Amino acid sequence: MPDKVLMKGNEAIGEAAIHAGCQCFFGYPITPQTEVAAYMSRRMPKIGRVFLQAESEIAAINMVYGAAGSGVRAMTSSSSPGISLKQEGISYIAGAELPCVIVNIVRGGPGLGGIQPAQSDYFQATKGGGHGDYRLVVLAPSSVQEMVDLVQDAFDIADKYRNPVMVMGDGMLGQMMEPVEFKERKPAQLPSKDEWKADGLKGRKEHHVINSLYLKPEELENQNLKMQKKYAKIKNNEVRYEMYNCEKDVDFVLVAYGTISRICKNAIKLLAEEGINVGLIRPITLWPFPEKAFEEVIDKTKYGFMSVELSCGQMVEDVKLASNGRKPVYFYGRTGGMVPSPNEIADAVKRNIGGAK
Amino acid sequence: MAHQEIIFAGFGGQGILSMGKFLAYAGMDEELNVSWLPSYGPEMRGGTANCSVILTNENIGSPIVTDATAVVVMNRPSLDKFENVVIPNGLLIVDSDLVTRDVNRDDITVIRIPAQTIAEQLGSKKISNMILLGALIEKTNIVPMEALLKALKEHGKAQFYDLNKAALEKGAEVVR
Amino acid sequence: MEVIFQRTKGLLDVPTHYCPGCTHGIIHRLVGETLEELNVIDKTVGVAPVGCSVLAYNYFACDMFEAAHGRAPAVATGIKRSHPDSVVFTYQGDGDLAAIGTAEIVHAATRGENITTIFVNNCIYGMTGGQMAPTTLPGQVTETTPYGRDVKQAGYPIRVSEMLSTLSGAAYVERVSVDSVPNILKAKKAIKKAFELQLQGAGFTMIEVLSICPTNWGLSPLEALKWLRDNMIPYYPLGVKKDITAGEAK
Repeated sequence: MPDKVLMKGNEAIGEAAIHAGCQCFFGYPITPQTEVAAYMSRRMPKIGRVFLQAESEIAAINMVYGAAGSGVRAMTSSSSPGISLKQEGISYIAGAELPCVIVNIVRGGPGLGGIQPAQSDYFQATKGGGHGDYRLVVLAPSSVQEMVDLVQDAFDIADKYRNPVMVMGDGMLGQMMEPVEFKERKPAQLPSKDEWKADGLKGRKEHHVINSLYLKPEELENQNLKMQKKYAKIKNNEVRYEMYNCEKDVDFVLVAYGTISRICKNAIKLLAEEGINVGLIRPITLWPFPEKAFEEVIDKTKYGFMSVELSCGQMVEDVKLASNGRKPVYFYGRTGGMVPSPNEIADAVKRNIGGAK
Repeated sequence: MAHQEIIFAGFGGQGILSMGKFLAYAGMDEELNVSWLPSYGPEMRGGTANCSVILTNENIGSPIVTDATAVVVMNRPSLDKFENVVIPNGLLIVDSDLVTRDVNRDDITVIRIPAQTIAEQLGSKKISNMILLGALIEKTNIVPMEALLKALKEHGKAQFYDLNKAALEKGAEVVR
Repeated sequence: MEVIFQRTKGLLDVPTHYCPGCTHGIIHRLVGETLEELNVIDKTVGVAPVGCSVLAYNYFACDMFEAAHGRAPAVATGIKRSHPDSVVFTYQGDGDLAAIGTAEIVHAATRGENITTIFVNNCIYGMTGGQMAPTTLPGQVTETTPYGRDVKQAGYPIRVSEMLSTLSGAAYVERVSVDSVPNILKAKKAIKKAFELQLQGAGFTMIEVLSICPTNWGLSPLEALKWLRDNMIPYYPLGVKKDITAGEAK
């Protein structure tokens, strides 16, 4: 059995990327993700791979575009304001259908905001983010171990679909240490990049072009429809979620991801002591959103759902779409870096159940 | 059932974060579930520092400690901030050389240790954190001393091992 | 039969979209010939910008990228760092390189990024229809400087080659022009030298090529060439601005 090591979330992200064969890392310092870049700057040169501190987040994502388009596994990481800067590049990467991994260790916003944990980039991450009709696959770990596993999965998913994948954590997950193990992984069966990568002809007859420009409307529409087909496939294949305490009929179901889902689990324990039975849907893929998880509990939950977020209410919109009017949907959130206690969440549950009764 | 939710708090530079780290390493070696969560950001630059450490054989939900089974404080602001976070019958360890005010709570166990004085007697003020950590594990039994020494050996600087070991053992001894 | 002139293998056999009289075609050809003569078409990756040469990826025979506006040097960095044995060039206009992409070009240069940049300076935004560029000359009339560029209001044009030549990472920077046959031959020599230096791993190389835009300048091609000579060259003097090999035995 592989040994467990105690690692900070941000450093675990770096090591996981290395395990996944990430050849190039392009970064820029911003709290609270800077340790990812620092870790990569220590490790990558020692194993003959590329670390480069770019002049800006904009440059970093465009370096990823270059590396990914030439066929290697590439990653960048940042935190909310930096991710906003990367959106232009992410749109081009999505449009050119390049695989890469983008890590967002979310902090409070808008603007410069704060540096404490937040989930207020949910809309930006799951609805596209930049211009145009595109989607990122968005993975939301809730522990350092899951960060390790999902970062490695992210590279596979990216290659499988030729699509950028975002791993979205928050300041707390990035900064905390937990034991992790780097499990032996079966290499995934992935499509070859030879058909499209642009790294020099090397005897090839047709030149390859990495591009997202389609000046003819018919061609651009076709490209969009092709991408939509891919997204439909991802929706079918890649949805991930955890159901917690949802085996029996429950009074209420919480919906929460990442850091706050852990606190919800504590709240559920507190509520159980008072005889209130509450379950949890923890989306692991934020896009595609795990709508089918709701089908499993829609008839079991007496008073409906409550989306619990470190935001002013973003995921709750997807929860409403998933519930689709069949059960009431409530919201509880703190923002700006405030993290609610288990008691606070338990009280919110009781308030809503009380109201429903 | 082994279960401790601990906050270490003081000034940056006192070794607050490493106290927590060594304890977390030791807990992991003892096959407990552990988490270590620091305060971070500009406040770390010479200001107050704290970290939350959970060691338990249950699954860890929130890594944030809001109801601490034990708190170790190495300055006055930390006592002010965390005194009320200790659960009834919980443990509060205070460096009495650095914190002169009395503790107000009477429903918890308070241990006052002149850690600076003892550390100086052992050879360096820098090991005062280890004296407090030694006292903590003696009182809570959350991990055996051997596990902590192993963590120190594997993850600490070799040249400080003997001094740190002496401090841990002394800390345990004074509260025995 | 003796072949005295033929298409370079560095370019594909396709018509370009450039306006009549535009000198982009000449500059493309000089780059294409260079790639062919150095026998590196097979391992070259080019990066096209946003601007008139946005579709350059359709014309060069090597593998190509289309970059976001101004980002070509960053894209080229990603390609070159992951494939150090490849030959990587960017082909950028003045708006792309000297306005929106200033940070990217400065930092690629100062890192000594082992790439070659072909910087086409025609003092105007061509693709969007003739607006002021960072290199638009004082007094020059454009769509967005209808009364002539007023330096008090719009600032001064940037001499990019001089600026980049101050950076330690820049190995070779030269300004050339394609307004006449002798100058075209000099431009070819400079471009070839830049790629040769890249092959030697010398660091960042850039050739600034003074070019014309008859369409947006509102001049005939011949008038435009004269305008370049009379107005651009005095402000943007031709010549080598930086050459780390200068003084080496030939």
